[in-house]
Amino acid sequence: MQTRMLRPRMRAWAENRRRIIQRANIVATVTPSRPKKRINRIGLESKQYRAAKTTLCAGCGHNAISERIIGACYEMGINPDRVIKLSGIGCSSKSPAYFLGSAHGFNTVHGRMPSVGTGALLANKHLIALGVSGDGDTGAIGIGQFVHLMRRNLPIVYIIEDNGCYGLTKGQFSPTADVGTKAKTGVVNDLPPIDTCALAVELGATFVARSFSGDKKQLSSVLKAALSHRGTAMLDVLSPCVTFNDHEGSTKSYAYAKDHDEPIEDINFVPFFEDIEVEYEPGTTQEVVMHDGSKLYLKKLDSDYNALDKIQAMRMLHETKNRGEYATGVIYVEPDRDDFLTLLNLVDEPLAKLPPDVIRPARSTLDAIMDDLR
Amino acid sequence: MAVPDVAVKEIARLTPSHPHRLVNDFSIRVATVNGSGSQTANLVLLRSIFQTGVPVSGKNLFPSNIAGLPTWFTIRANKDGYIAAKKRVDLMVAMNPETAREDVLSLEPGAAVVYDEPLQLSSLRDDLIFYPVPFDKLVADICRDAKLRRLVRNMIYDGVLAKLLQIEMSQMEIALKKQFGRKQKAVTLNMGALEVGFRYATDELEKRDPLVVEPMDKTEGLILIEGNTAAAIGAMMAGVTVVTWYPITPSSSLCESLIDYLKKYRIDEDTGKATFAVVQAEDEIAALGMAIGAGWTGARSMTSTSGPGISLMGEFTGLGYYAEIPAVIFDVQRVGPSTGLPTRTAQGDILTTAFLSHGDTRHPMLFPSSVEECYTMAMEAFDLAERFQTPVFVMSDLDLGMNTWMSKTFEYPTKPIDRGKVVDSETLERIGKFGRYRDVDGDGIPYRTIPGDGMPAFFCRGSGHNEWAQYSERPEDYQKNVDRLARKFETARNWMPAPVVEINRKASVGIMAYGTTHWAIIESRDQLSAEADLQTSYYRVCAYPFRSALASFIERHERVYVVEQNRDAQMLSLMKLDLPVELTGRLRSVLHYTGNPIDARTVTEDILIQEGYQVQKANADPDVAPKNAGVGGE
Repeated sequence: MQTRMLRPRMRAWAENRRRIIQRANIVATVTPSRPKKRINRIGLESKQYRAAKTTLCAGCGHNAISERIIGACYEMGINPDRVIKLSGIGCSSKSPAYFLGSAHGFNTVHGRMPSVGTGALLANKHLIALGVSGDGDTGAIGIGQFVHLMRRNLPIVYIIEDNGCYGLTKGQFSPTADVGTKAKTGVVNDLPPIDTCALAVELGATFVARSFSGDKKQLSSVLKAALSHRGTAMLDVLSPCVTFNDHEGSTKSYAYAKDHDEPIEDINFVPFFEDIEVEYEPGTTQEVVMHDGSKLYLKKLDSDYNALDKIQAMRMLHETKNRGEYATGVIYVEPDRDDFLTLLNLVDEPLAKLPPDVIRPARSTLDAIMDDLR
Repeated sequence: MAVPDVAVKEIARLTPSHPHRLVNDFSIRVATVNGSGSQTANLVLLRSIFQTGVPVSGKNLFPSNIAGLPTWFTIRANKDGYIAAKKRVDLMVAMNPETAREDVLSLEPGAAVVYDEPLQLSSLRDDLIFYPVPFDKLVADICRDAKLRRLVRNMIYDGVLAKLLQIEMSQMEIALKKQFGRKQKAVTLNMGALEVGFRYATDELEKRDPLVVEPMDKTEGLILIEGNTAAAIGAMMAGVTVVTWYPITPSSSLCESLIDYLKKYRIDEDTGKATFAVVQAEDEIAALGMAIGAGWTGARSMTSTSGPGISLMGEFTGLGYYAEIPAVIFDVQRVGPSTGLPTRTAQGDILTTAFLSHGDTRHPMLFPSSVEECYTMAMEAFDLAERFQTPVFVMSDLDLGMNTWMSKTFEYPTKPIDRGKVVDSETLERIGKFGRYRDVDGDGIPYRTIPGDGMPAFFCRGSGHNEWAQYSERPEDYQKNVDRLARKFETARNWMPAPVVEINRKASVGIMAYGTTHWAIIESRDQLSAEADLQTSYYRVCAYPFRSALASFIERHERVYVVEQNRDAQMLSLMKLDLPVELTGRLRSVLHYTGNPIDARTVTEDILIQEGYQVQKANADPDVAPKNAGVGGE
């Protein structure tokens, strides 16, 4: 609806974008090289998607993710006024303060961000929810709420900034740490990790992806596709902890992730408002039409892989895990299932904005109730 | 507790006599098996007395179980309007073979017993009046379907009691129709059971007990309702938009009846869409998390729970306090954790809730005493939560929430909905630069913007922020903020529902109570006056933070008895924190904590003993409830 009203701007944006794409495949953050200010389809500059300076460690994977979020929101022309940023507790959960500074944000309690996000969207279903969690925040203390978020299919982009350890409390193992991984203290983890992607697929999440904070192109595409998805978009983003978990013996280090990253597809995402023709060889490319009409093109590296097939997604996750690899890309997508708010059949206006005469029944209603109790 | 300034006095305790006729002043206890459909029969009996114009109350004592364990329903009819629990049982209906023996042995002399004939109870005692009824034989005559017999069987005792107590059968019929609504088949079948019981009593039983129901006009225009239903109506009329909850006895029926009402009255007629959202959460943590999230983005949100849920909600309550987010939490109090008497009543969450969470936190609480207050305080709670941008607790209990109470009809709210200090462009112009936690008006209440409104955004977090909502760990920022929060709490004091105070100028003794304890106090004060000529004043606490009237009431009296339903004198302890030290010595405690509703006699005896009277405890029964309540099942 909004995209239609903004057609002229969109065209200008598409022009811009076509040029960018000609130069490189996808450029995440755009810094204007010419004096003329570059704006997106809603007339905002990239810097208007920025926020406070990060206080995380230099080189932290989370900062790269924040950059990709800024880029994706700018490119998608997301209105920060409609965005709510949510997080739990931990290094990852600090990061919403470092992107989209003009959007409302809520640093909730440890592991319980999903419930706050759920309530927030119940009150106003037109908000765009961006949740950032960590592997401890999701896989340990928050596993209960994570499970129920996935099965509800709440429309939220849920990002796990996954470094396999608790950074903010100085490097204890998290539930996504791999067996045999060695902490800086020398302690070796001997418990099996929770695969949040496999769990999410199993629980009924409708968009499940895994990426790597160091892979700009893939992460940008995945984020944009996630933002177009109407339902829970679960993104597990491997994000090495440079301070506590980026050493030999760690399977969540930059070196390990780079060596063992096994992309399952080459992803391209075309938003609904963009009229770019994308040519892909039939047979190797899977086209997924998102709820809002956007298109996700998954150029398969393994020609048999089908991201719409839940059983195949599970098999692939297990197979790559057995090889000690991380399958990255869009692992599973179910674009058409009704999201949680749709199931609730709410009035169009946000519940929070309903006027008093709508939310307080008339005197005759109370009289009827009283008569019934006599 | 020693009371040196009071001489030991004698009182003439009224000895229970056995009058020829006892009109509209007795209690009936029906002992059945859980899940046998007895609730319908009990409510029909209750309602028929109510329709006759006699004040009644119905209290269900039930196990934490779906079917098969003993359950007791106690109806008290009282011409003077006393509807608290009563110790003495005047008429026992013994339907449960498992408990029948003890049920009969626990009765006071002179009581009547209607019992299932094969149980052969009449040989147990010679000081009771026994009425044997062959229920199985009677039910077989009217109901061919063996499956239905079990459910209809109980209606027979209603017919027997109609005859014995002289309740009009036409009233029974009206009550029955009310209960079954349009289910004609059920009405016909149950009417048959009523009639067969009535006929049997007419033909076979000779009335030997003094109990009689006579028409009065004391229930004219009144309704019968449970507190949870009343609170649900209040929440709907308050304009609740987001309800997030997790099932727990005794609060589940609050949200369940709210869902029913919302579906009936809050669906947009044109579109058929809901003007509310209800979510059954995965636990109480999520239930409050959702309510807080919804409060943050501008909904009128609520949850309802009981003690164990309150514990789980601790962290989010603290976040709500520091991030300053409205939410309404109904706490229908019960006894302890785990399998800790989940179906029994208590006022045991007072201290926990007042300071729930970590750090310096304090939360407003409202204490409804009646079903009507469940309704009005539900509405007040939503206004207060948004006015003060903080979680507000409505402290009900099982007795109020799940039992049936009389009430006058609820009034339509006259006060408009108060959404508190929400920033729009006009406000923004007036207050200048927006700072989420700035005390612009000097009352400790900041202004807030709501996501989606397009007003200045802020980053919401716990206690570590300055008045501009920027992250801060500076000591002066922290202290300034918690001091402002304390100022806000002070402001709230005079916005809370006022206490209900009754000053007796001759009284040197005061009584304080709150919630359902109120009903025992009304009766107890009359007992104290009639039996010991002890005059009392009464202060009913309706909210925390307390009004300043609390201190002045204590100042007027030499001794003040704080009566409550917990072991540790929780309300008294809370008062002590607020009162000048010279007044705290005047406070005394009367405590009742058996899991069953408090009765007047307990209060009267305790106060008299503490006042130095010699009291002979006439009642052998240690409590209102049957001795064997809750034993067994494992």
